[in-house]
Amino acid sequence: MKAIIKLISFIALALNLIPAFLVFQGIISPDQCKTLMFIGTVLWFITAPMWMNKKSEEASS
Amino acid sequence: MSDKKNLVQKLESVNEYEREAIPKSKLKSWKSFVGTYAGEHTAGTEFVLGPLFVAHGASAIDLVSGLLIGNILAVLSWAYFTGKAATKTRHTLYFQLEKIAGSRFTMIYNLVNAVAFCFLAGAMITVAATAVGIPFDLAMPALDDTLPTSLGFVLTVFVVGAITTVIAMFGFNQVVKFANIAAPWMIMIFVAAAVAVLPRLGINSISDFWPVAQETIWSGVPLEGKTKFTFWHIMFFAWFCNMAMHIGMADMSILRYAKKWTAGFATSTGVFLGHYVAWLASGILYSLFLLESDGSLVFAPGPIAYEAVGIAGAICVIIAGWTTANPTLYRAGLAIQSINPNWKTWKVTLFVGLITTIAACFPALMMQLLDFVALYGLVLMPVGAVIFIDIFLLPKMGMRSNFAELTNRNFNPAVGITWLITLVFCLGLNLFVGVEIFFLGLPGWFVAVIIYIASSKIIQKNTPLPDIKNTSSKREVPVS
Repeated sequence: MKAIIKLISFIALALNLIPAFLVFQGIISPDQCKTLMFIGTVLWFITAPMWMNKKSEEASS
Repeated sequence: MSDKKNLVQKLESVNEYEREAIPKSKLKSWKSFVGTYAGEHTAGTEFVLGPLFVAHGASAIDLVSGLLIGNILAVLSWAYFTGKAATKTRHTLYFQLEKIAGSRFTMIYNLVNAVAFCFLAGAMITVAATAVGIPFDLAMPALDDTLPTSLGFVLTVFVVGAITTVIAMFGFNQVVKFANIAAPWMIMIFVAAAVAVLPRLGINSISDFWPVAQETIWSGVPLEGKTKFTFWHIMFFAWFCNMAMHIGMADMSILRYAKKWTAGFATSTGVFLGHYVAWLASGILYSLFLLESDGSLVFAPGPIAYEAVGIAGAICVIIAGWTTANPTLYRAGLAIQSINPNWKTWKVTLFVGLITTIAACFPALMMQLLDFVALYGLVLMPVGAVIFIDIFLLPKMGMRSNFAELTNRNFNPAVGITWLITLVFCLGLNLFVGVEIFFLGLPGWFVAVIIYIASSKIIQKNTPLPDIKNTSSKREVPVS
């Protein structure tokens, strides 16, 4: 389960970066880029707290 | 009712070891600091400082090379100055300073420090408010605005300030958690925002970038009324923009949790992502804004980021403001709390948060951020020099560290003299020789070192000091 959540988090991060390069290449429009980045942002803040803080707590203990 | 009781109990239980060495069990690995520093230095300030380099006419080559060298020097300062001092003593700057300079000096220093932290956190709340205000179509401040621009903007600032204060009230661990989550995402947004607008600047392939960067983005021509920035301005600013934190030793409060002094190198994540990539990215966004608005004086990071990448950009400005304002408020809380250790940390943070929020209503803080950051680092720098010399050099020169603690004094004149003469020297260089504020830190540090050694020698020679054997048992044993 944790692995799936992590995977979704990394996909979310990619959704915040890759669309900008696709705009630069002229493959998608700026509006499509904005929508994809918003979806990536929502996904990141839902999934990242499920594993990031737990990881830092383990590292500090 | 029980919920209220639980909340108060939770707040009362926040123990940040303000007046003791950090216990071994609470030490954090370097990984904890990677997230903290990446979050703290990829922040709301980056949305302001990057554009100000554009406004001051930095050329592309000066910016790229000046930031590289300045940031390397900053990381080395964090590791070799702050990291070494923090892991040797395990104390906050404030507690260590009290041992060296005495409680009366520390109280004055803490007040100066807390005011500076409040202003910095306030500027970050202003930055976040420019993004929160987008849906309400608020009138945004301009480069030359100093007073609050509208009631709506003031209300927005108060909402952002309240949320930031509540997060800071729950202590360091909450700040670490928040910064850890936000940091990787913020970097993506900064980079994406800059890349997405490149075609609008006429950059359609990688080979187009450098010519456009030189001719359009960082053209080397300052805006009207702004001074021209050279390589040296940029290098010294990159090195000294966090001078209060590294050479000034404020980050002892953070790095005292580190298992080893080398955790200081973890700051490289923050400075190279935040003070390099993010400054370049925000500079690109601001250049586009100037180009498309025919040189408008309006300066609001929120709408600029929103225009580039939509809602994600606006959220990034808000969160970037928070991740800087939170640790800064935490530090300000520690500074005030050390005046009276009986005050509860969360109550002090609540008070500091209110002052900060009031300051945030004034856009002047945000617009003058370059000069303010340089000034506040400079004012706190002499005390950092004193702490470093007191811990590492005085014992090697046959003198005693922690003079105020040894002699039960509440004021060590050597520290007072050092602070005063160093700042007068720097002021003199500025007023009579015309040296700009960005360049004063380096000569000032050497002056502080010389004066502290000389004045300590004179004062310790004329003061009866207890034997080392009698005092060693009272000393706390550092963890590492």
